[in-house]
Amino acid sequence: MEKVAIIGVAQSKYEQNKPETFAEMVYDVTRRALEDAGITKDEVDNVVSISSDFWDGRTISSMAIQDSACAYGKDITTVEGDGTFGCLYGMMRILSGSFGVTIVVAHHKGTESNMNGITNCAFDPLVERKLGIDAVSSAALQARRYMTKYALREEQFALVSVKNHGNAMRNPLALFPMEITVEDVMNSRRIADPLKLLDCSPVTDGAAALVLAAERQAKKLSTRKKRVWLLGVGHCTDAYRLGDRDLADTRALKAAAKRAYSMAGIVDPLKEIDVAEVYDAFSYMEPLWLEGLGFCDDGKGCEYLERGYFNFDGRLPVNPSGGRLSANPVQVAGLAELAECVLQIRGEAGDRQVGEVNVALAHGINGMCGQSHCVWILGR
Amino acid sequence: MSDWKKDVEVLVHQGKISVPYSWTVGSTLSRWYCELRDNGKIWANRCPGCGTVFVPPKPKCIHCYQEPHDWVELPGTGTVESYTVVRYEEPKLHPRKAPFVYGLIKMDGADTCLLHFIDEIEPEKVKVGMRVEAVLAEEREGNILDIKHFRPLG
Repeated sequence: MEKVAIIGVAQSKYEQNKPETFAEMVYDVTRRALEDAGITKDEVDNVVSISSDFWDGRTISSMAIQDSACAYGKDITTVEGDGTFGCLYGMMRILSGSFGVTIVVAHHKGTESNMNGITNCAFDPLVERKLGIDAVSSAALQARRYMTKYALREEQFALVSVKNHGNAMRNPLALFPMEITVEDVMNSRRIADPLKLLDCSPVTDGAAALVLAAERQAKKLSTRKKRVWLLGVGHCTDAYRLGDRDLADTRALKAAAKRAYSMAGIVDPLKEIDVAEVYDAFSYMEPLWLEGLGFCDDGKGCEYLERGYFNFDGRLPVNPSGGRLSANPVQVAGLAELAECVLQIRGEAGDRQVGEVNVALAHGINGMCGQSHCVWILGR
Repeated sequence: MSDWKKDVEVLVHQGKISVPYSWTVGSTLSRWYCELRDNGKIWANRCPGCGTVFVPPKPKCIHCYQEPHDWVELPGTGTVESYTVVRYEEPKLHPRKAPFVYGLIKMDGADTCLLHFIDEIEPEKVKVGMRVEAVLAEEREGNILDIKHFRPLG
């Protein structure tokens, strides 16, 4: 199979109530990603948009941004889900042999709508939706189940928020860089027990774009320094209905990680991966997903966290960007993770550079409580 | 970015999308809701392949991809596997005022959990492992709110 590289990246600053329309945000990051790759729009023949019609309040909203995404006179296709899945689709279209240089661009304006109302609509209108459940209250059920299964404490989850908001202090793009303590998290407003305000990611606006190219084109168009290879990918989905799953069981993530590691030739992830960006939409998710990714045994994520393993200067820095807890532009989040991994591998992550990075991991989720997972391994 | 953008008064337009839907409930869930509405019974269905008992019932088994043809009546009791006390108000979404409790209830006689409200108890007193029973609504319409909530057993 031919290799595919990311040859350009761009992200917006993550903010609330951004004055730009989503089309303006897409234009900004697409143009800057092309600049970063050192190519023009004329070299692009494949455009993948990542967005949510419900959030945009517009049916087939990718149609409304095709010119901003440099797809005018070309073709645009859409993934409604996390950016990691959009990157997968972009790569698959390249590997089909039908497409060349590819733009993958995601946008999200959380502050223009109502997060609870939209995530409530992800539930079955014939059953759970009528109960009013949404992303936050379902996450709270997962957090409690995880705590119960492994005898974990809320203070341990709070530590994730402390770490990631602290990491965001080094990231000029993050929405909420903060020096906070476990007490601050514990004393923040109770939202849905056991989750407090600072256990939850903020409603965020933002956009990100990647430029992908297959090996032959990537080598022709870009310099060695700019090229970051997509070495492995895996994806897997669990049951839709919350009650059909054990919410503390990461079976889908384990399957996804296994496939990604196998494709990339990773045998010992903790030893071989230098930095990881994982989907911490809520504090408890980080240790839960780190277990699923095989960085520690089930139920041990919090213990490793307390021992500093996942700190900025730890054995495996996790979410040096500040993570989703510091900015969560939902569909954009996975693409932002991939962009962060690219910057880390290139050595261009500025103050948040964790040292020399040869191999990085990005992890995205789709659906409530991580129903579906996509794991990427990137490298030089 | 050129400088003129800094001087613009950026306007915000308010909007709302209101589109009605008429969703068919399908044969499996319709049977479930009719039993609940007409006879006040909570049923489940069992996969002939792996024996998993689903509540709410499913048109196909998530594991075997077979049709769970066998219907079993449940006693309406269960054990709290997880819960949350919701503290925020969403009047358009929530059928009750905060604080209220959602529970994932592992139903006796089934292998899955049912999501519903836990009530008739102070939210702070709800515990994982607590035994609960379904309280049915007096006026039933054939939907999930025909179960009013779950309450502590005994």
